[in-house]
Amino acid sequence: MAKTLPKTDVVIVGVGWGGGIIASELTKAGMNVVGLERGKERKTEDYFMVHDELRYSQRYELMQDLSKETVTFRSNEKMRALPMRAYGSFLIGDGIGGAGVHWNGQTFRFLPYDFQIRSKTIERYGKAKIPDGMTIQDWGITYDEMEPYYDKFEKMAGISGETNPLAGKRSSDYPNPPMKKSPPMQMFEEAAKKLNLHPYMQPSANLSQNYTNPDGIARAACQYCGYCERFGCEYGAKADPVVTVIPVALKTGKLEIRTHSHVRRIMHSGGKATGVMYTDVTTGEEIVQPADIVVVTSYVFNNIRLLLMSKLGKAYNPATGTGVVGKNYAYQVLKGNALGFYDDKKFNLFAGAGALGMNLDDYNGDNFDHSDLKFIHGASISIGQTGFRPISNNQVPSGTKAWGQEFKANSIKYANSWISVGGQGSSMPFQHHYIDLDPEYKDAYGDPLPRMTFDFEDQDRELAVFMANKCEEIQKEMGASRIDKLKSLGPYEITTYQSTHNTGGVIMGADPATSAVNNYLQMWDAENVFVVGASAFPHNSGYNPTDTVGALAYRASEGILKYAKKGGSLV
Amino acid sequence: MADNEGPKGTQPPGSRQGGGVQEPSRRKFLVNAGYAIGGVVVGGALGSLIRRNNKAAAPSPASPSASPGAAPAAEPKNYNRALMFLTQEQFATLNAATERIFPTDDTGPGAQALGVAYFIDHQLAGEWGFNGREYMSPPFYHGETVQGYQGRLKRREIFAIALKEMDNYSQSQFSKNFVDLTADQQDSVLSDFESDKVPLTTISPSGFFKMLRSSTIEGAYSDPLYGGNLDMAGWKMRSYPGNQMSYAAVIDKEFTAMPPNSLQDHMAGH
Ligand SMILES: Cc1cc2nc3c(=O)[nH]c(=O)nc-3n(C[C@H](O)[C@H](O)[C@H](O)COP(=O)(O)OP(=O)(O)OC[C@H]3O[C@@H](n4cnc5c(N)ncnc54)[C@H](O)[C@@H]3O)c2cc1C
Ligand code: SF4
Repeated sequence: MAKTLPKTDVVIVGVGWGGGIIASELTKAGMNVVGLERGKERKTEDYFMVHDELRYSQRYELMQDLSKETVTFRSNEKMRALPMRAYGSFLIGDGIGGAGVHWNGQTFRFLPYDFQIRSKTIERYGKAKIPDGMTIQDWGITYDEMEPYYDKFEKMAGISGETNPLAGKRSSDYPNPPMKKSPPMQMFEEAAKKLNLHPYMQPSANLSQNYTNPDGIARAACQYCGYCERFGCEYGAKADPVVTVIPVALKTGKLEIRTHSHVRRIMHSGGKATGVMYTDVTTGEEIVQPADIVVVTSYVFNNIRLLLMSKLGKAYNPATGTGVVGKNYAYQVLKGNALGFYDDKKFNLFAGAGALGMNLDDYNGDNFDHSDLKFIHGASISIGQTGFRPISNNQVPSGTKAWGQEFKANSIKYANSWISVGGQGSSMPFQHHYIDLDPEYKDAYGDPLPRMTFDFEDQDRELAVFMANKCEEIQKEMGASRIDKLKSLGPYEITTYQSTHNTGGVIMGADPATSAVNNYLQMWDAENVFVVGASAFPHNSGYNPTDTVGALAYRASEGILKYAKKGGSLV
Repeated sequence: MADNEGPKGTQPPGSRQGGGVQEPSRRKFLVNAGYAIGGVVVGGALGSLIRRNNKAAAPSPASPSASPGAAPAAEPKNYNRALMFLTQEQFATLNAATERIFPTDDTGPGAQALGVAYFIDHQLAGEWGFNGREYMSPPFYHGETVQGYQGRLKRREIFAIALKEMDNYSQSQFSKNFVDLTADQQDSVLSDFESDKVPLTTISPSGFFKMLRSSTIEGAYSDPLYGGNLDMAGWKMRSYPGNQMSYAAVIDKEFTAMPPNSLQDHMAGH
């Protein structure tokens, strides 16, 4: 028999970016919050030995332990889904701060086009532009409505950047000036301008200077240490829930965080949640935490899985396209790039920061004419200077043997003489891309693993090659001695890292028949359950997701506070 | 190459500059980077560092790089050079194979001189060898390439089988064990593993080869704390500065060479 604890106002499942923001906003407003986190406690002092590529980058020190829990994957319904036994394509966060501890900090707003993608695509190109099976839909919110929440997230995190000439209007500048420009970034900027493109400094959650945010949190400037993505920041210079929102919530005395608490079910009756059941993983004990409001912020896969296991919301049926939970899983197309080798130049490639780079959006969203193209949307094209560590960066010109003397000589020759220009491609949803529960494989607690059915489509193949060609044009202008670019996009495989930008499955919208949550991320089918995260995205844009995740978390917080006073549906 | 020297004064604040520096480098770094510590309440690691650094600095444990100015002391014995998992025979095969993947040449030392086989041995003895943080629960089915490794064998088992099979295959092709082959013959054995030309049912030859290749690179370039990259020689070959506190002074500059730092230097400095 599960032990039942005293009731709280709000229980949060997972304390990463989403959970941290919700906790800080609700506790500041006086609500009592319990945060349940399956992983461990984290603090900046843990990172004394953090400049260790093997431990953090190759052995995934900070990520979810896959022996306990993973996802299963198949390309299509004819295949048997098999577990992702080792990491590859994406990395799942774990512990206080979630993936917000080891993210890069590239912080983009989505485009106005994104939020009204279906209507705007039809308006400009007609219905026939959307291929059969592509299930794009409007988000039930516009960019203008999102803007104040983006602004809030960016000020809290202290984003350093400059205005992107091709993006939606901003109500204020970024709170910090852009970061420093490395020589490869300068080369990219010059070349892009010569090609009449619009380069701008990448908006970065790595602080360009010391900064105190509106919550009174002071953090130090980034040192370009080059151990950023996949690592925790020992300076607190990278915005991370542990050094921003969580201390604010804790200071109110209204947040209780319980680590090592793995949530397994949302309890509900009569269309309302009553609390959650979790396992204390240190003792194996099952515990019920009753609450007036349940906020699910456990990243895309577990957000979906928890709803399905709890039988909350209508499960998606790919055969008919009806039902919502698990629908519109999307990802990204990251292979459309061109790698340049520079025979007579050497750069400080070892130096960098997770979000140091330059971008251009001339080929993103609907910023260019798609009339003659066989895809919609696009990619943000960028050059990144994230700090290139030696185990994972051994770029050699194509045709070089993969090992032996030739490989060694070339990898050393070019160790500091290559530049990659790449597109971060958007990903459109399709009726047959979804997440459900695996019929066979279980996690360490005996619960079913989430099962992913996903592959690249013609849309993705066209987009990837188009972007690779654009990246090549830029490399040529930059003066590369030799360029290797993607020629065609193969199938999606779960074995090589692409991006941890998984989206969809609990999508937002204006209609309960086609979406799981409204534009406050409140469940249509259970008014006291809010599901926060990139799971709410009906498709994925050509940008990193977290600015939008953060903005939606601020909006959901506002909704929860309204709901706590008045009850009922917020729309 | 002049690149490896670097003009004096281009080192970023915080890099350890020569011997006898007992003042923790981070303290210096904080001063040099012009931190407005007075105005900003700095929490987390920085806060604790400042507190820690205010205590009298403890003498740092002797480390080879701590006093480059002094006369070189007798080379201390390297206690890391022993085996945790492999047999002597397996080790010899692995040592020879990694050297073919990453050979000594004009660019500098190869896998053998860097201690790569010791690195792999030590890794196999621990969590990685046991696939400790990977999903190894049944059932096991044959999967598609896009689904990744689906076997039940752990890395340490795969290495043990593969090293034996390398000898078997060498015997069948050249009537000698792998270690006794010429470099070209060794390369042809490795190529046949890489391209799945070796008929094996227990393991995937190409799957093993990929692991062998990637762990060789890991051994050449991971922090020397793990037993490879001896004396940071892997890093030095490619002008990688290892662990540095800050590149704020060089990030917008032309290529800047600087002597590398290891985690041991960092530990000893604090
Ligand atoms: C290497 C890397 C680089 C990235 N770089 C960028 C970038 O540059 N820009 C960008 O925008 N995004 C980036 N991301 C993505 C970014 O990290 C995520 O978008 C963001 O962290 C999502 O926040 P979240 O709160 O939804 O999920 P998370 O931060 O993952 O937090 C979810 C939390 O829930 C907990 N949890 C899960 N299940 C349970 C359960 N059953 N019970 C209790 N707790 C549970 C997890 O342990 C975790 O702590 C990157 C990700 C990675 C891995
Ligand atoms: S690059 Fe900057 S933000 Fe990233 S870990 Fe290093 S100091 Fe922190």
